[in-house]
Amino acid sequence: MPSPEVLRLDRITKRFGALVANDAISLSLAAGEVVALLGENGAGKTTLMNILFGQYVADEGMITAFGQPLPPGNPRAALAAGIGMVHQHFTLADHLSVLENIVLGTRPLLSLSLGLGAARDKIRALSQDFGLAVDPDARVGQLGVGQRQRVEILKALYRDARVLILDEPTAVLTPQEADALFATLRRMVARGLSVIFISHKLHEVMAIANRCVVLRHGKLVGTVETAGTNPADLAAMMVGAEVQRPAIAPGQPGPALLRLRAVRTPDAEGAAGLKAASLALHAGQITGIAGVSGNGQAALSDVVSGLLAPRAGQLEIAGTPAPQPWTPAAALACGIGRIPEDRHKAGTIADFTLAENTVLETRRMAPFSTRGFWMNWGAARAHAQAIIAKYDVRCPGPETPIRLLSGGNMQKLILGRVLEGAPRVVLANQPVRGLDIGAITYVHSQLIAARDRGAAVLLISEDLDEVLQLSDVLHVISEGRLSPPIPRGGASVAELGLMMAGEGVFDAA
Amino acid sequence: MRLEAIPNPSHLRRYGFPALAIAATVLVASVLSWVAGAEPFATLGLIVKGATGSRLAILETLNRATPLIFTGLAVAVAFRAKLWNIGAEAQLYAGAVMTVVIGTSAWGVVWLQLPLMALGAVAAGALVLLGPVLLKTRFGVDEVVTTLLFNFVMLLFVSWLVEGPLKDPMGMGWPKSTPIDRDLRLPRMVEGLRLHWGFGLALIAAVLVWLMQARTVLGYEIRAVGQNARAARFAGIPVNSVLVKTALLSGGLAALAGFSEVAGLKGHLTRDLSPGFGYTGIIVAMLALLHPLGVVVAALFVAGIFVGADSMSRAAGVPTYLADILLAVALLFMVLALGLSRYRVVWK
Amino acid sequence: MMALWEILISASFWAAAIRIASPLIFATLGELICERAGVLNLGIEGIMVMGAFTGWFAVYLGLPLWGGVAVAFASGMLFGLLHATLTVPFGLSQHVVGLGITLLATATAYFAYRLALPQVTSPPRIDPFQPLPVPILSDIPFFGPALFTQTALTYAAFGLALVVGLVLYRTPLGLAVRAVGENPAAAAAQGLSVTGLRMGAVIIGSGFMAVGGAFLTLSAFSSFFFDMVNGRGWICIALVVFGAWRPGKAVLGAVLFAAFDAGQVRLQQTELGAVLPYQLFLALPFILSIVALVIMSRRAEVPAALMVPYNKGER
Repeated sequence: MPSPEVLRLDRITKRFGALVANDAISLSLAAGEVVALLGENGAGKTTLMNILFGQYVADEGMITAFGQPLPPGNPRAALAAGIGMVHQHFTLADHLSVLENIVLGTRPLLSLSLGLGAARDKIRALSQDFGLAVDPDARVGQLGVGQRQRVEILKALYRDARVLILDEPTAVLTPQEADALFATLRRMVARGLSVIFISHKLHEVMAIANRCVVLRHGKLVGTVETAGTNPADLAAMMVGAEVQRPAIAPGQPGPALLRLRAVRTPDAEGAAGLKAASLALHAGQITGIAGVSGNGQAALSDVVSGLLAPRAGQLEIAGTPAPQPWTPAAALACGIGRIPEDRHKAGTIADFTLAENTVLETRRMAPFSTRGFWMNWGAARAHAQAIIAKYDVRCPGPETPIRLLSGGNMQKLILGRVLEGAPRVVLANQPVRGLDIGAITYVHSQLIAARDRGAAVLLISEDLDEVLQLSDVLHVISEGRLSPPIPRGGASVAELGLMMAGEGVFDAA
Repeated sequence: MRLEAIPNPSHLRRYGFPALAIAATVLVASVLSWVAGAEPFATLGLIVKGATGSRLAILETLNRATPLIFTGLAVAVAFRAKLWNIGAEAQLYAGAVMTVVIGTSAWGVVWLQLPLMALGAVAAGALVLLGPVLLKTRFGVDEVVTTLLFNFVMLLFVSWLVEGPLKDPMGMGWPKSTPIDRDLRLPRMVEGLRLHWGFGLALIAAVLVWLMQARTVLGYEIRAVGQNARAARFAGIPVNSVLVKTALLSGGLAALAGFSEVAGLKGHLTRDLSPGFGYTGIIVAMLALLHPLGVVVAALFVAGIFVGADSMSRAAGVPTYLADILLAVALLFMVLALGLSRYRVVWK
Repeated sequence: MMALWEILISASFWAAAIRIASPLIFATLGELICERAGVLNLGIEGIMVMGAFTGWFAVYLGLPLWGGVAVAFASGMLFGLLHATLTVPFGLSQHVVGLGITLLATATAYFAYRLALPQVTSPPRIDPFQPLPVPILSDIPFFGPALFTQTALTYAAFGLALVVGLVLYRTPLGLAVRAVGENPAAAAAQGLSVTGLRMGAVIIGSGFMAVGGAFLTLSAFSSFFFDMVNGRGWICIALVVFGAWRPGKAVLGAVLFAAFDAGQVRLQQTELGAVLPYQLFLALPFILSIVALVIMSRRAEVPAALMVPYNKGER
């Protein structure tokens, strides 16, 4: 006998301006079932779930939960209907305790007591039942990423959710933590709860889901039983064609252009600092950094880009110690080109024009300014125009505010800004996150071209596939420690996964 | 309700909402004068007439606009860098104090002394804002509160000066400073018209600030820091040093208001030299959308309202505070209009 | 030195300190509520002026004293509503709107005062709150006259601090207010209305600011005059930081501050006052506030979403 249906989405459509994020998408979920929502970045998965959870309002379509229609645009109604959501970016208040985060909003606002005692007991019981160990009285700000995710799940379970939506839950977890999460999910399913699991990682989907719903460019392209498919077919559905990963010729390594020797940096809030990290970036090579988010990538990137000076250890540029003080301006002067992780907040200034954004780093140099005093906007515009043409930036012209550009075109402009300076070292931190396939291929080809011109490229990415595909040599980063260099093909994915979890050979502290 | 950003707002939106804001301000003023028992349109007419109706009225408006151009520029320059300088009042007084100190010391070299008074004023004003900015960059102390609080300290300091060290011995006991030498007063711009060169200086300052913002590397860096400090820092712009430079510039501009009031108009320092020019500078800057040339227009407008309201009050008996209400309402409506011209309100 | 000691052990000094602290406590708690919800309310100075005027005017027109307090509270809420509407759903700059509200409220109060009493030379007085000795407690030596012979409005100020503390830390409402000030997205994900909570906090908080202003006319000076608030609002903003956004510490800060204020008045009458200019004593509270801000700036835990507007559905 088929299980009863708990949730039904009927022809949901959502537009953002000209973009159709969701185009008449229907799906249903049965009790005790795990449905995977599969698709590339920007396929519309998160939008669909935000509609289900009431954070966006659909332009068309309706949602039925447990046989009752769900009023649109109301997270409270979704919660009351037994739907819980674990967002990709956690929605927790760092300064509050675990307990306070969980009971938030569960009692009528005007009641006189928070009922913390009973809540603590219930949370302890839930932790036991589902294998979600976490101290209810800890402050969320002090918890690691894996524990925060447990708090998010507990928030849903505490409200007696019957349907749990998980948005890219493993993106921030080590493979081992992900396994623990899967064990929790299996316990939940065994008790009749249902799960919607959003991911673009095929092996995870194959491991946990009963059914897969595949989205592409906002459209539903198919629903398949996991038992009757394989990763290759799913990948083909996701991207629309057989994936062709071009073979990349290996680089010709030259001398080390940038070297970290036992570099240490302080821990930042929610992210590890570097712990005696050593690294050599050689000319003509792409050096990849693989690791789970929050393990010191930000610190490494900040050190290389000049935002952070090492607290201990040495930083050498082409064999000589880095200039003091070590600042972004110093890094630029040393010929380090930087592609930042967050192109909206760190890479560009939204209200500035393309021309203004193009000369952010070179503003004091000729021909963009005269004696570092007068700006020469004509030269800036001409330079922007040249980058627009050479790097295929789709835009109305150099006088356009950059906020009007798509992520891909914005990244192309940054790429042009960096590469036109003929840098000796290129830092690329998450260079393709959130881009469509065309832009990804373009960015990758440009990084390879820079390598072939003799630049030392440092590629930091949380996408292991990307690191494996591009890197001539890679390091694994875990809790601020860097593994010794691993040549192309020098370790299996399983071995790398263990290292990402902090096991294996690391530089001595 | 929620807001949706409009990527490329139409001209109607960009200029229509500010126009609506001005219309709404006029409406509020009419209602208030009606409440005060006066004929609304007559009241507004009296304000316009009082500000522009005669040669004397126009000169009065221009004179009143002079310090407002300086403080408006000071605020506009600082706000561009998201440096919330609410202390233009204190910087103005610092400039005035320096002007009096240099202007009352006997040198006998007039051609050198007058520029030195201006430079000394600029230095004093810059120094006054330097403190709060260093507290911001070194310790992360919010400059809004420190600059605000320092206004009160400065005013008490001035009060002590004019009752003590700088007190005019010939002042019949009034708390005012010794006047600066006749020769050290700013000359009139046109012979026979009561308009001093402070106004000309203000116009020049506005053009220079505009050139600085639009054409120099520093101006570009200031805008970058204000729009997105993180991206500016990433691009190698020394954010703290840009903030300090901005502060020196802003404090110096505000101090010139004090210089021009003393050297151009009053000749001496009193506790009530400024009826809140520093605070009104914020309104001027916001109405000008932080544009240096717009500051001149906005300062003339604001000065006209004050001058007009004074004469209206004498004629119609509506309290002069109507002018302050009007400007506060104009400020609030203008920020709202600016928001609405870039965002669309979506209900639900 | 002897003079200082004699001041510190006199009950009348502490009674004055408590009295001076009362309006600051009301307004500081009001600001604290706003900031805990994530909204900086620079309208405080003007809202205090407005409360001082409306409270006094209501009593002048014949309302009972507590009626005056209620009218002041309502007028504060009105300007709070304006502030909240502009800064919360519209997400406009809290700095600019706050300063605009201060200008508007101050000018409106002065305008109304001039309109109501066009020709007065000396401000008319009302019968203010009288000291209300607490039975038994007021008979304790030293503490009785210092703490328990105050007006009802002073007791209310300290009572309010207790209530605000309890509500913030012990009730679902307080937790919700703190949550929208820490991470509005977290509150929204738990089904709470960020807009509603923030607006509510600003409106209520502004009401308390106005009561702080009304204390000046209804309990301290018994008449309304220009510049009577004289920067107290800005000092309260510093006190919120000094109190690390906690009601108890904020009250402590207000009393400490008021003690300095009461002390400087008394020091002016000693030999020290004959030597040093009186302006120095008057400037002390402001200088002290700046110093307090610097000392506390590194230690305090600022509400994480203070001054960060929240717009649902933003992407």
